[in-house]
Amino acid sequence: MANKLVIAPAPHVQSTRSTASIMRDVVIALLPALAVSTYVFGWNVLAVTALSVAACVAFEFLIQKFLVRGELTLCNWSAVVTGVLLAFNLPATIPWWIVVIGAFVAIAVGKMPFGGLGKNPFNPALVGRVFLLIAYPVQMTTFPVPARGAFDALSGATPLAAVKHGAAADVLGVQELLLGNMPGSLGEVAALMLLAGFVYLLWRKVITWHTPVTIFATMALFAFVVALARGGEGAQLWQFPLFHLLAGGVMLGAIFMATDYSTSPMTVKGSVIFAVGIGVITMLIRLWGAYPEGMSFAILIMNATVPLINKYVKPKRFGVK
Amino acid sequence: MKTFPMGGVHPSENKLSKAKPIEVLALPDTVRIPLAQHIGAPAVAKVAKGDKVLAGQLIAEAGSFMSANIHAPVSGTVTAVDMQPNGQGLRQMMITIQREGDEWAEGIDRSETLVRECTLSAQEIVAKIKAAGIVGMGGATFPTHVKLSVPPGKKAECVIVNGVECEPYLTSDHRTMLEHGEELLVGVTILMKAVDVKRAYIGIENNKPDAIAHLTQLARAYEGIEVVPLKVMYPQGGEKQLIAAVTGRQVPPPPALPIDVGAVVCNASTTYAVYRAVQKNMPLVERVVTVTGKGMKEPKNLLTRMGTPVSALLEAAGGLPESETLKVINGGPMMGRAMVELDSPVTKGCSGITVMSGADAVRREASQCIKCAKCVAACPMGLEPYYLSKMARKKGWEELEAQMITSCIECGCCQSSCPAYLPLLDWVRLGKQTVMGIIRSRAAAAAPKK
Amino acid sequence: MEVEVLLYTILTLCALGVLSAVILYFVAQKFRVEEDPRIDEVEKMLPGANCGGCGFAGCRGMADALVKRDDISALFCPVGGGDCMKAVAAYLGKAAAEKEPQTATVRCGGTCAKRPRTNKFDGATSCAVAASLYVGETACAFGCLGFGDCVVSCAFDAIRMNPETGLPEVDPDKCTACGACVKACPKMIIELRKKWPKNRAVYVSCVSKDKGAAVMKACKAGCIGCGKCAKVCAFDAITVENNLAYIDPQKCKLCRKCVNECPTGAIRLVGMEPLPKAPKAPAAPAAAAAPKAAPAAEGAPKAAPAPTPKAE
Repeated sequence: MANKLVIAPAPHVQSTRSTASIMRDVVIALLPALAVSTYVFGWNVLAVTALSVAACVAFEFLIQKFLVRGELTLCNWSAVVTGVLLAFNLPATIPWWIVVIGAFVAIAVGKMPFGGLGKNPFNPALVGRVFLLIAYPVQMTTFPVPARGAFDALSGATPLAAVKHGAAADVLGVQELLLGNMPGSLGEVAALMLLAGFVYLLWRKVITWHTPVTIFATMALFAFVVALARGGEGAQLWQFPLFHLLAGGVMLGAIFMATDYSTSPMTVKGSVIFAVGIGVITMLIRLWGAYPEGMSFAILIMNATVPLINKYVKPKRFGVK
Repeated sequence: MKTFPMGGVHPSENKLSKAKPIEVLALPDTVRIPLAQHIGAPAVAKVAKGDKVLAGQLIAEAGSFMSANIHAPVSGTVTAVDMQPNGQGLRQMMITIQREGDEWAEGIDRSETLVRECTLSAQEIVAKIKAAGIVGMGGATFPTHVKLSVPPGKKAECVIVNGVECEPYLTSDHRTMLEHGEELLVGVTILMKAVDVKRAYIGIENNKPDAIAHLTQLARAYEGIEVVPLKVMYPQGGEKQLIAAVTGRQVPPPPALPIDVGAVVCNASTTYAVYRAVQKNMPLVERVVTVTGKGMKEPKNLLTRMGTPVSALLEAAGGLPESETLKVINGGPMMGRAMVELDSPVTKGCSGITVMSGADAVRREASQCIKCAKCVAACPMGLEPYYLSKMARKKGWEELEAQMITSCIECGCCQSSCPAYLPLLDWVRLGKQTVMGIIRSRAAAAAPKK
Repeated sequence: MEVEVLLYTILTLCALGVLSAVILYFVAQKFRVEEDPRIDEVEKMLPGANCGGCGFAGCRGMADALVKRDDISALFCPVGGGDCMKAVAAYLGKAAAEKEPQTATVRCGGTCAKRPRTNKFDGATSCAVAASLYVGETACAFGCLGFGDCVVSCAFDAIRMNPETGLPEVDPDKCTACGACVKACPKMIIELRKKWPKNRAVYVSCVSKDKGAAVMKACKAGCIGCGKCAKVCAFDAITVENNLAYIDPQKCKLCRKCVNECPTGAIRLVGMEPLPKAPKAPAAPAAAAAPKAAPAAEGAPKAAPAPTPKAE
């Protein structure tokens, strides 16, 4: 026989998806929000995103090339996803060097020491963001006012911060929140576009609906009960929960960061527990904590519980009642 | 539309030969018949070198209750009873027969005439099936008479005929259902009589609408037989998945058997073989084999005598394609076994020969696990393949047993859904084999104490 | 004010530390497990490799058994060897097990050159996975599969794959005879054999039970069970069963007569020069043995010519 036969154990069929194609889909799902953000805050948005992506990719490359000396895994696109997500968590007016520091922390502290993609216990982009939030609180909470294309250095309070400081929850209309006409981080302002990304990810079967929808439901329920307890009535009972869903980083966090593969549970049941935890912690921080927004902290805290959830929450076995 | 409750994947169906009627393959000059082509004890050879045999004559007898008879597929002279390599290159006992003409043993009815009436008792039916050496032809090769011997204290409630054929590429059951529908239905009534039940279901996936329509129409004339169309989902042809899809009942984990939920499952081709054995005295000496693959010139469904070299089937389908890399699989691409010895014989469990060529023949390079949980979602048994695979590598046998690795049906859903192309099932299978060995030796150690 | 803050911080931390220490102390007292202090001492005397060669999960388990059992003659630490066991026995006042030093020996000579590859294995890189699937990349169902399960199992870096031959090679100086590789090999090719001075060895480098013709077809270096070696052996050390010769390491005196007799070169000689050829011996075995030694000599410390200068 001219050619040797190939032999391997079954199955002889492999997935049509690859790690790279999944990560690429996540980036594609983030693009509509990026476009809206650019429209709202100006070209600076693209500069911050490009810098963040470039820095993440560069740090991953350098670490793999000179420190771990492992196989280069840049072509799996995961560093790009981290870069975009990190940028989405920053204000458009952030100085360039803070972006680079954030990227460094995300990759060199949050990801690579654990063994790279798939082994990091915490979402790298959030590790970067929270580090920056604590290290550079002023720069990280100075948000530009939407300027519709023209870059404007004026800073404004995010809706959540405004509410924290006493404003009513209907400080901004639902329409503004949906379309992103408010001060905030790059990626958190366009709830509608993030939802479009969610639909895309569902269609491409990159994620399942369980985690995001459970987070939304938990937060809405929590806010509803709080509104009820505070003696709200009529429109307030739905405005308050809706505001909490649309303002801040809920959409970005729930759809893109809580569903991060390596930092979320492996089973549907586990994901629901994880998502309820995120929803509750976020609302606790928002309503009674020191920070106006608690999404990133909530996700990081729940990330820490994932190994425990994976150990104790097992899928329903076939044939076991 | 009905399907099983958890997991499953839907790989490209690639049923290239579904419109190709069954063709009779030219008789081979030499056949080699392995004594172990079923689950259980190997059969014991009843012939020796130099003996003359007729087609359909018993040449090896079941070695125990859990075993099956083997008959000569052709007439001729036994030239050897010795160790010969099987498809995987491993030597096993085989009977070699040099063919001379095509003389059949007495009493075998090879005509196409349909015989509906069956006046035999349940015991007589099972005895006939046992004598004919019938085993599960879907690939598991479980002796059918064992399946039909309902253990005392258990009661069968329904017969389920497996016409799912969820493996991509394969079409032998599909063609059998289309071309031998009437015989198959008589076979179902025989099975119902053998286990004394009033209901039978024929589960067929929705990608075979012609077979569903054909059998539904024929089944009107039979009482208690219902054709159940099923959503296309692999591994629906798995016994436990099919029972769950059709009846909604889940077979408990091993050592429980389908009969524990009152089901007796029989593959469509096997049911046809049961008809031939009981009504026509025809032992299991031939079967339909799908020879297929994207690189094959003419994918075909070939009626093949057992023991025919696989190379003869490949030749009949236009020969192996020109390609740098080739993988020849005995069975379908999800659960079939790749072969290294192409002159090895077709056996009772061989439902198809799938040829993969070019890039399809080699696995893509594995990268690291990204914890995407697609394997967990795909597992039809509710296991966690990523974890089982990791623990099997680390030889954590106790943990594997606790995580129910013995429930694994080796369907390959996990590995075929992995975007990192990890060899999950390679390790899980190894872990399962080791754990089963540990359980067996523990049982053996505990036995004498009692 | 800043000094105050600093002071308070430091004091609070110190207080917390002291409090935790006190709690830990009491917890440790409460849950204290009384243990024979000799176990710790014995554990220190053991090599601490935790290789499992003794049959226990680690050195601690072995130490526990050594202290608690009255008769320790069945216990042996292959890594520490006789000296270590003597020391432990002396400390405990018990009788030590005596075992002669051993080394792992790979009994397959089917190099890439001698044993043609007939197919390409594409599954997980593991001998166990390949062995449970099929015959292997060559036609020999008994030979080394070459995926290195033994290498992975070795805790002492004593066994490495030689990319030239496709076979594993044992470094006898590093090998502790813990037996991990013996258990890891699904083909049961590796055997613990008596360790001679200067790493000398004579052994049948084949485990194929196939008949001669089948062996010849699959591999040029296999034992065909001809029995010539058994005939010349003056010490009754060689037995031929199931078409396979075996040299009993306890009876073999390294006289090397069998080496020249072997028509396929399956009997391997390590650390010594072969005997001069007897006049009646045909030229064929010499020719068969010569190319066999050449590729192995390059990277292998145990190959015939290499250790000789080292030893002198």
